[in-house]
Amino acid sequence: MTQVSRRRLLGIAGAGVALAGAGAAAGAGIDHALSASEAQAAPEIVPFHGEHQAGIVTPAQEHLHFAALDVTTKDRAKLVSLLRKWTDAARRMTAGQEVVQGGAVGGAGAAPPGDTGEALDLPAASLTLTIGFGPSLFDDRFGLAGKRPAALADLPAFPKDNLDPARSGGDLCIQACANDPQVAVHAVRNLVRIGFGTTEVRWSQLGFGRSASTSTSQVTPRNLFGFKDGTNNLKAEDPAALAQHVWVAPGDGPEWMAGGSYLVARRIRMHIETWDRTSLDEQERIVGRAKGTGAPLGQAAEFDPVDLHVGGADGEPLIATDAHIRLASAENLNGARILRRGYNFVDGSDGVGHLEAGLFFICFNRDPRTQFVPMQKALSAKDSMMEYVEHTGSALFAVPPGVTETGYWGESLFA
Amino acid sequence: MTLRKTPLAAAGLGALLVLSACSGGDQNAAAGGPITVDATDTACTVSATTANAGNVTFEVTNKGTKVTEFYLYAEGDRIMGEVENIAPGLTRKLTVEVPEAGTYQTACKPGMTGDGIRGAFTVTGGATRQADANTKLGDATKSYATYVASQSDALLTETQKFADAVKSGNVDDAKARYAPTRVYYERIEPVAEKFGDLDPAIDVREADLEEGQQFTGFHRLEKDLWVTGLQADSAQVADKLVADVTTLVTQAKAIQLTPLDLANGAKELLDEVATGKITGEEEIFSHTDLWDFQANLDGSEAAIQALRPVLAERDPQLVSEVDAQFKNVQTLLDAQRAGDGFKYYTELSQDQIREFASAVDALSEPLSRTAEVVAQ
Repeated sequence: MTQVSRRRLLGIAGAGVALAGAGAAAGAGIDHALSASEAQAAPEIVPFHGEHQAGIVTPAQEHLHFAALDVTTKDRAKLVSLLRKWTDAARRMTAGQEVVQGGAVGGAGAAPPGDTGEALDLPAASLTLTIGFGPSLFDDRFGLAGKRPAALADLPAFPKDNLDPARSGGDLCIQACANDPQVAVHAVRNLVRIGFGTTEVRWSQLGFGRSASTSTSQVTPRNLFGFKDGTNNLKAEDPAALAQHVWVAPGDGPEWMAGGSYLVARRIRMHIETWDRTSLDEQERIVGRAKGTGAPLGQAAEFDPVDLHVGGADGEPLIATDAHIRLASAENLNGARILRRGYNFVDGSDGVGHLEAGLFFICFNRDPRTQFVPMQKALSAKDSMMEYVEHTGSALFAVPPGVTETGYWGESLFA
Repeated sequence: MTLRKTPLAAAGLGALLVLSACSGGDQNAAAGGPITVDATDTACTVSATTANAGNVTFEVTNKGTKVTEFYLYAEGDRIMGEVENIAPGLTRKLTVEVPEAGTYQTACKPGMTGDGIRGAFTVTGGATRQADANTKLGDATKSYATYVASQSDALLTETQKFADAVKSGNVDDAKARYAPTRVYYERIEPVAEKFGDLDPAIDVREADLEEGQQFTGFHRLEKDLWVTGLQADSAQVADKLVADVTTLVTQAKAIQLTPLDLANGAKELLDEVATGKITGEEEIFSHTDLWDFQANLDGSEAAIQALRPVLAERDPQLVSEVDAQFKNVQTLLDAQRAGDGFKYYTELSQDQIREFASAVDALSEPLSRTAEVVAQ
């Protein structure tokens, strides 16, 4: 891509300015603009079809629009028909095309256009669309009660949760990721539009500046605390680890989920103002890493293995017993790991002079009961970072396997 | 962790060998490169025996047959850094912050026992601390310790009366005593938080309970008094509260605080206000958040008062800024007084809450800069 679209430039600068004004990790938005080498490494079009859905191990794009929807119809056929329509639209949009041929301006003048048009001259921007089914879909409405996987167990209440029902749950989810925010928003907007009468949006979330790298070709980004986040994330280049920790295997549960994964979304509000008043030493103690290099405390470089057994002055552990990386480490969790794919957010301000900012945490795992849940329990109970964060939204979705050239999203469940 | 170390260290090692070949005798650590330590069952070969002050990185390889440890000791065998449990064949890294020049010792401990195989290690350059301010800082911690002791005594006396009111079923009396009693706790909260499970036992909020954790302490009784009515076990909870507070008071009087603890505590008390009291989450049943707010402010101010001589000498402008902002917050609080106490959180308008939040931010900013001044 030789020409950066004007819109995209504005979008990125806008995010940077908003942050700089707040004195937070200024430039998080700007730093995350694709470097030349990353742009070359990132294909403009991510294949939609495959064994698994795209948007999971796809190198994390820069922007997110995530929507959770409730199904308003009780007619199973109508729901299946919508999934087919959505799949067709997603095939086109992820390839950089309009929702329908000539949709934006090529239709009848007296009719509303079939495509909303705001992505008309934008490239595909590595758009991926990923769909998931929430626990509430598996009731008696569509005869799915017997197909609910045991792994899709409602998440327990975690200590210090402060969940807003209006930002939690949902029958379905659509995760749209792209390197252009307008492309991601366009995709969600058009799928929601196709769904009117069958689905309604329960809540949605915009995110920017991917807060995790899911490929070794990507540098580790920084979250709004200013720390590198996700150094030890699972990577696309490690298929064995993905098979072990991310993809549902045949025999794990109902067959329709084989090749799928489970998505956990948590809207984590960060109290960035009190964080910004915390000394550098304390910040590093809480996280367990050096802020500049991202090196684990006691090590020299970012990718040095975390060593939980090194001691500092008086033999005190250098990585504190309540440090974030200790509690989240696989060693501390009997080997449990997850694929993190979250985004930063700033949703304006909260009405009492503070930024409504934080991390929209998304992770994919093979079985939340043995991966995400124990991890979050350990963090909620002991993580010293909890003083600066608050979980305000929560949702869980079963992400079905990938789509074939002629198939549709969730076909294995409804067939 | 599944990451395996790449043999990058080999490059560093090569560079070091070249260096040592032409320098002979004492070697200095190559800038930026780790100092390699070859540990065997009988030897502890350190590739450099001097380093500049700052971060010193050791890369310890166990070439012996026994599990080993590596230590860097300061004088008097004070541990500066250590790596334990290095199995044969493994390489482990350790970065130690050594701010001061001086004579140190490296040690490998094959079999993880005994004094280990020692070697002298010299650190050059670095900062030298000035000792002349120590008297003033010592006075500061002493005066704050006196404040903590007096608040602790009052806390115990008042908690006993509050518990008695609960146990005698006198709900009105207990309700009237609840917020004024908590004031003594909220004033010294950062100190209380240093004692592991005591703080949650006394002050846990229902929303923060962990699985299997008992809901005890002030907020449990708050719920009983304001929401559910006294329960069969309210008296037991009251007794446990008195017992926990008794333990806390004993420990609070014995604690050795540093000047940095005081400065950080002053800031933490304001963080408490910003995230708990401004939002009305602390006293979700009784809505007496403003009593806690005032108490947090008192405690914060007491810490700053203790540090005042040091702060005034080193950064008078910061002191006057902090003073002005304390006054500003206090003026806003005074406007919400009612009788002997304050208005309830539920009686505040959104505008008043926003005004509080903004004033707390304005105070917290300069307050968060005091720690650095104290640490100079």
